Amino acid sequence: MVDLSVKIGNLGLKNPVMTASGTFGYGLEFADFIDLSRLGGIIVKGTTLNHREGNLYPRMAETPSGMLNAVGLQNKGVEYFAEHIYPQIKDIDTNMIVNVSGACIEDYVATAERIASLDKIPAIELNISCPNVKQGGMAFGTSCDGAASVVKAVRKVYPKTLIVKLSPNVTDIASIACAVEAEGADSVSLINTLMGMSIDAERRRPRLSTITGGLSGACVKPVALRMVWQVAKAVKVPVIGLGGISSATDAIEFLLAGASAIQIGTANFIDPAITVKVVDGIEEYLGRHGFKSVGEIVGALEV
Amino acid sequence: MKKHILDMRLMANVQLHSAYALMKFVPVEGELPAMLPGQFAEVRIDDSATTYLRRPISIHNVVNNELWLLVRRAGAGTDKLASLAEGAVVNMVLPLGNTFTMPTDKNMRPLLIGGGVGVAPLLYWGKELAKQGIRPAFLLGARSDKDLLQLPEFEAVGDVYLSTEDGSAGEKGFVTQHSVLNESFSYIYTCGPKPMMQAVARIARAHNIACEVSLENLMACGVGACLCCVEDTVEGHVCVCKEGPIFNIDRLKW
Repeated sequence: MVDLSVKIGNLGLKNPVMTASGTFGYGLEFADFIDLSRLGGIIVKGTTLNHREGNLYPRMAETPSGMLNAVGLQNKGVEYFAEHIYPQIKDIDTNMIVNVSGACIEDYVATAERIASLDKIPAIELNISCPNVKQGGMAFGTSCDGAASVVKAVRKVYPKTLIVKLSPNVTDIASIACAVEAEGADSVSLINTLMGMSIDAERRRPRLSTITGGLSGACVKPVALRMVWQVAKAVKVPVIGLGGISSATDAIEFLLAGASAIQIGTANFIDPAITVKVVDGIEEYLGRHGFKSVGEIVGALEV
Repeated sequence: MKKHILDMRLMANVQLHSAYALMKFVPVEGELPAMLPGQFAEVRIDDSATTYLRRPISIHNVVNNELWLLVRRAGAGTDKLASLAEGAVVNMVLPLGNTFTMPTDKNMRPLLIGGGVGVAPLLYWGKELAKQGIRPAFLLGARSDKDLLQLPEFEAVGDVYLSTEDGSAGEKGFVTQHSVLNESFSYIYTCGPKPMMQAVARIARAHNIACEVSLENLMACGVGACLCCVEDTVEGHVCVCKEGPIFNIDRLKW
């Protein structure tokens, strides 16, 4: 038996496999396909203080080995989440983590405070990296000062595990990671989507209503892997890696690069049962290579 | 209704003409799960350099343990699918989405209006209506007679009225110009190109006829997780894959 458990700050995960925000709904959407309790964690859809309708359709464009999205944080607001969704998901036997976003620091703080009052939510993932909203989101995540200011404010009101999701749309992601670590983040997750664009040449129009959107899927994996490697060398807090992970081998590459845990996102659309296959595949790899715990391969890249 | 991830074996691939294939699948293992008219399958396209996401395809018919899909070659993904050889194994997530509303009164006369490949879900729905003792009328439209699909199948289930843009079969013009619309119907169900469905919805509203449409927005996950396929309804943005694809026109902003 190999030990698959990992720790992110004070948060214990039964294995390093989580789902990425915005790709797994509230978990319930996938309950027919997999046993949700087999996951290390589920990061639910981005939640904001107030209801958001999101961007206009069309919000999605397929690209080679990936897709662009421009959903724009559609959600019914934190109060609706607390009253109507939380009761449905609180007893799922895994870490239910809420991704929190906002247009201004006060929104982030108020949303994080409300989530902190929910007993069965042990952590939040602070989204300072959404490329699809006009205000807030990525605007905070693309400068060290902006990122630090949000984390500092939220840290004051949020006592549980605080994960900060980083934007790859920056010159030096490691410096942003260091800035949020200095303000008390317990962990950083990366990468959010890469800003991209798609054009319908026949119609001479953009394929997304917002013109630009966020690229995800298998095509972003090499970029994500490189950034996880850079950040893991720069910070002491645990790193959660994501970006194009579509198999156990992909997940293991992120662990070797220095991620303590991983998230699976767009691959859930291709195979709704991929998460448990990755859990099994990591266990098989560890056994085959004679490792006793998943921690032994974190950052074990030989160069 | 429980959703499944199933490997399906292609038993027959009938090229109806250059743009359409009728594909008949059986599960590689076990029985076909229960599914309702109007629902769809998310079909994985393997070994394609350009196709990453699954393709949502309407359930055209269920015959014993066989699932029939009517596939239009709309791009590289569906082209690859429609070209598969018999015996190929295709992975599907199904059944997804909601179903049509059954009329409450057995004496009601429903009209099922399909355009192009939009006729696909209407066969299975017509069969279900007939099973409940309600004889459906089908109004099927296409560019020309060679684009009319599955006519013997529809004729076996209900009354069939045709319209073609070039007049090569049935009445010349669009379905919305067909004389059968002057008759009295109590329910209209429609699937086809959006401008056609919007025109049908206008007629239904003008005559105060209940009307349901099957939407086909661009989709990624198919299960209501990614929020990409939203339709702007009177309740705000809702996922076509989960709350639809069948919508009463009263919910739409058309």
